[in-house]
Amino acid sequence: MSLKNIKKQFPIFSNKIQNNDLVYLDSANSSQKPQVVVDRIYDFYTKEFSNVGRSIHYLAVAATNLYENTRTLVQKYINAKDKNEIVFTKGATEAINLVANTFGQKYLKEGDEVLLTELEHHSNYVPWHYLRKSKGVKIKFAEMDENGDVTLETIEKNITDKTKIIAITHLSNVTGAILPVKEITKLAHSKNIPVLIDGCQGAPHLKLDMQDLDCDFYAISCHKMYGPTGLGILYAKKKWLEELPPYQGGGGMIREVKKEGITFGELPNKYEAGTMATAQVIAFGESIKFINKIGIENIEKHERELTVYGEEVLRKNNSVKLIGNPKDKGSVLSFTLDGVHPHDIATILDEDGVAIRAGHHCCQILHEKLGLSATARASLGVYNTKEDLDQLNESLNKCKKIFS
Amino acid sequence: MDLKELYQEIILDHGKNPRNLGKFENFNKDAEGYNPLCGDKVHVYLKLNEDKEIEDISFEGHGCAISMASASIMTELMKDKKNLEVKEILNDFLDMIKQSPELKSQLIKEDEKTKLMSLSGVKRYPMRVKCATIAWHALASAMNYKKDENNSEKFI
Repeated sequence: MSLKNIKKQFPIFSNKIQNNDLVYLDSANSSQKPQVVVDRIYDFYTKEFSNVGRSIHYLAVAATNLYENTRTLVQKYINAKDKNEIVFTKGATEAINLVANTFGQKYLKEGDEVLLTELEHHSNYVPWHYLRKSKGVKIKFAEMDENGDVTLETIEKNITDKTKIIAITHLSNVTGAILPVKEITKLAHSKNIPVLIDGCQGAPHLKLDMQDLDCDFYAISCHKMYGPTGLGILYAKKKWLEELPPYQGGGGMIREVKKEGITFGELPNKYEAGTMATAQVIAFGESIKFINKIGIENIEKHERELTVYGEEVLRKNNSVKLIGNPKDKGSVLSFTLDGVHPHDIATILDEDGVAIRAGHHCCQILHEKLGLSATARASLGVYNTKEDLDQLNESLNKCKKIFS
Repeated sequence: MDLKELYQEIILDHGKNPRNLGKFENFNKDAEGYNPLCGDKVHVYLKLNEDKEIEDISFEGHGCAISMASASIMTELMKDKKNLEVKEILNDFLDMIKQSPELKSQLIKEDEKTKLMSLSGVKRYPMRVKCATIAWHALASAMNYKKDENNSEKFI
């Protein structure tokens, strides 16, 4: 499949946004949705809707099968060993909260250490912070270097005999650094430390293989993967899902409920309490099929080419300073512009239909380290083109002109 | 043309060269305004006399052109103002930024009105209203003003 006409598959690009063609450079925040995903939600609600896993009427059985089909699609997409290692959550945030809460409850005690990095998004710091309060757990941050990278050596340096879990990002949403997660996992396992990977930025852009990577937990955000909002995925090795206590209690996750006691259901129901985001799960199956049809390798190649091109264009622009120069970089271009605050950049770019993000991108620890309160960020998706990056540069020149 | 309305000369000037920037030594009241959405901060310092009159005012902070210009213009305007005057101007400004087409207070001179009205362009940019008001909320807090229970947009 050619990537040239891929924009046509995303209905949002056929509409004018404030009289402009949309130049969408905010995919690290959330990606746009292809027509097949939008249609699947509509079709499910109009022709096939029922709750799943409970009733035995025709619609309920059919909906349950569709829901479980997505689980299998995800399992294959990330090459997990077992389909029951895929847990649906309301987002990657909930996936990380689930692990921090249940793992913390069962295995952590006062003085134990959780090792994060300075690159982490707030969603991979705040859930662990609660354990500081409730259990007296210590949180350590492996340092980011001047390139915006966190190296294997830095991780190793920060591991002590108190380290009980390592939770790190796969791909930084600010510097674009792709961490050596496989090597980190190998190192951690040699010291019997489990590893959680925040894959919010990894999953939409990089080929995943859970059996090869061997991590214990991997959190995915579906709305960043051309899928619906309100849905995330926790991949966890089966032994953890069996060993850890349930997270939330409610319908669907139990085996037997009596006044004197409760037994819990089998996997994956144990972690899917209450009515799940059924339509979103079913529509997410189409997101996976959409990615598979193009091939994640092709998406990665396309985005890497664009990232290099974008860096070239922005480097030529003397007033732009790129943030982060990591060894292996994902499709994130964070920058500052001399004399113009990122918010002013974002407002001026928006006037041309160029959608970027400005602020701390939910990474205040990282920005504090950079000594910046805010940066501007252009992030890419499968639908972006070189023309989008040319337009970005042109609009940045307009900012310079206004502020000259 | 909308951008020109938002980024008027007065704003660009005050944004680039903010007046009354920096903490002064003998302040006796201060408060910080913070926008959690973007991390922008404005810290307002006041020297109030016994009658709660502003004898001196300055600010420190970092933020976009709008928030810096607004803080700069505010500090220029509020110097030597009495407590009730500060409150009236503050409420008038916040009302104008959010909804009213004009400033109503008789306490604001014509040239001052022009400066304040240069910030009215943010009305078209709802995400930027907070930038224009961050310093003013910090001032309200330093002056110990409370929100009106019947009208959360108004300070009493």
